[in-house]
Amino acid sequence: MTTPFANSSIRRRLVIQLSLIAAILSLTFYLIVRFVAEQAAIDTQDNILAASATSIADALYSERGEVNLELPYSALSMLGSISEDRVFYRVIVDGETLTGYTDLPEPTPLPIPSNAVFSTFDYRGEEVRSVAVARTVSSSGQAVNTTIIVAQTRLGLEAISSSISTTAAFVGVGFFIFLTTLSLLSAQSALSPLRRMTQSIKRRGPHDLSPVKTQLPSELVPLVAALNKFMARLHASLTESEAFVAEAAHRIRTPLTIVRTQAEVVLRKLEKPEDKKALRKMIRAVDESSRSAGQLLDHAMVTFRIENLLTAKLDLGEITRDTCEHLSPTAGLKDINLIVRIPDEPLPIAGDSILLQNALRNILDNAIKYSPADSDIHVTIEKSDHYEVSFTDQGRGFGKADLKSLTKRFSRGDNASDIVGSGLGLTIADEVARAHKGRVHIRSNTEGPGACVSLILPRV
Amino acid sequence: MRFLLVEDNIQLAKAVVDRLALEGHVIDHAGDLETAQSFFDVTSYDLILLDIMLPDGDGRDFLSTHRNNANRTPVIVLTARSQISDRVSMLDLGADDYITKPFDFSELEARCRAVLRRQGGAANNLRHFAGVGFDSLAGTITIGDVTELLRNREYRLLEIFIATPGQIFSKSHLMDRLFSFTEDVSENAIEVYIGRLRKRLEGSMAKIETVRGLGYRLIDVS
Repeated sequence: MTTPFANSSIRRRLVIQLSLIAAILSLTFYLIVRFVAEQAAIDTQDNILAASATSIADALYSERGEVNLELPYSALSMLGSISEDRVFYRVIVDGETLTGYTDLPEPTPLPIPSNAVFSTFDYRGEEVRSVAVARTVSSSGQAVNTTIIVAQTRLGLEAISSSISTTAAFVGVGFFIFLTTLSLLSAQSALSPLRRMTQSIKRRGPHDLSPVKTQLPSELVPLVAALNKFMARLHASLTESEAFVAEAAHRIRTPLTIVRTQAEVVLRKLEKPEDKKALRKMIRAVDESSRSAGQLLDHAMVTFRIENLLTAKLDLGEITRDTCEHLSPTAGLKDINLIVRIPDEPLPIAGDSILLQNALRNILDNAIKYSPADSDIHVTIEKSDHYEVSFTDQGRGFGKADLKSLTKRFSRGDNASDIVGSGLGLTIADEVARAHKGRVHIRSNTEGPGACVSLILPRV
Repeated sequence: MRFLLVEDNIQLAKAVVDRLALEGHVIDHAGDLETAQSFFDVTSYDLILLDIMLPDGDGRDFLSTHRNNANRTPVIVLTARSQISDRVSMLDLGADDYITKPFDFSELEARCRAVLRRQGGAANNLRHFAGVGFDSLAGTITIGDVTELLRNREYRLLEIFIATPGQIFSKSHLMDRLFSFTEDVSENAIEVYIGRLRKRLEGSMAKIETVRGLGYRLIDVS
């Protein structure tokens, strides 16, 4: 129950222990039954032997000063009724054998009247059970002591006891099987709350950290309490890290805003081209770090929300239109036309609107960033057995990069080194898609240059 | 345009005020909600730029009070967190748009224009120069009876020239104002847009003149 069993299953331990107990109980049962049955058989033989001896004693009579015996047939036949055992007898009158087997030994001490003496010994090569009964017969006014000894071989008794043993063994084995089955069942039922708990924990999503609320027996309550406490701690630390990232981003973004803004002000006042060039580089670097900070924050937020995914009934068309509308001023700065073709009907979807917006925004933001000025970005939603929101641009595409690896963190197209980016945008979109049982599909634009990134989401 | 900037970080506020002043805007800065309210009570603004975390309260409270008073002045929220949950609740509370710090000023201006355009805007956004009518809000140019919608960069270029006619703007200056810093473009790219704008101005007395070695300026050739 300590170290050697530490890893073995509770069920096996329970079954083994209960089976051991069942085995001990069955063995005890077997032994007791056998003992009692054998004792009963011995007692029966003894009683018959005693009855036989007594009836012989009763048949003694005195005639003309001599003790005589007319051996009653019944005295021996009653013994024969038990089995085929051989019967021996000896009647001793006043120390002389009156009749019977003279070598049948007398018991020591000699029995006193009204008290039979039983003994077991070997006689003529076989084990016999014998009884000796004393009787005083009056003969011519004299008391004559007689001893009647009746013995019988024990073959019948042995047969009886062996049949009893067999029966007892069968009963014992049956009892054992019955108890073992019971122990299996009880182990099963004793462990069912544990199984239920396992199920209820298994059933929850990979990111569900809410407390376990299954009805459980009191023994499991401390375990569940500890588990719930642990999950609460985990949840708190996730929340804390989310708050931390938000705070960190705030601390980074505010100074960056000051630097960027001041740099723009200074840039206007500068005259020398080389100074301007240097300052532009600086602003670019600021943009790069703020973009990275923003995407890291987005990513942390997305991770956090996926871990606590709340789904609501949403309209994918509406979310997509909102996203396009929000980013249209950004696209406008580069004279990029956002051409939005979304079916004019509700496109119901179950999901987290913030996550979906974030995914769409990241994809569209990427498309705008990599598109040349005066180009078009087509935003379409196709409805089949799933939704496919596609963003097709006329940008440079993804070069020779492995399209599948683009959704990995910090992975970017191999021709993107001159554009500010962190490589997290598609990762975010991909993670959001996966959380909604969908995926991100990236392919090169079939008509001319550019790329097409699609967010594929299941319909409800 | 007249802006009210509500932002508690003084350095940041000063930088934003300086930057917007460069574009000829007038900005009042309030460091907290109380100041913002007192400014707002006596002046009318075209637009409010609102930070969320302020020393005397939450910008969102200001926003909801503002909207409950049926005030239609557009509000653009400046947020450091890109948490969209914040953004969504802000849009629900009646913000017209949001922009994440640090922001590109051309993007901020684009958003301001978009918001004002949606609102229908004031009447003082019309400028006339040498037979050219320029609606800075709608982004249209009117020559004679013909009104055309300008593309974004043509619009912004014309806006720069028409604000101070006769002033010479260097290529690099125009580039800084027209292109985002993340775009890797040569100075010659500006010539494309100058060319397009010249085409737009055909039929009017306005002309964009190349000043060799210095840049471009808008002149009245009549």
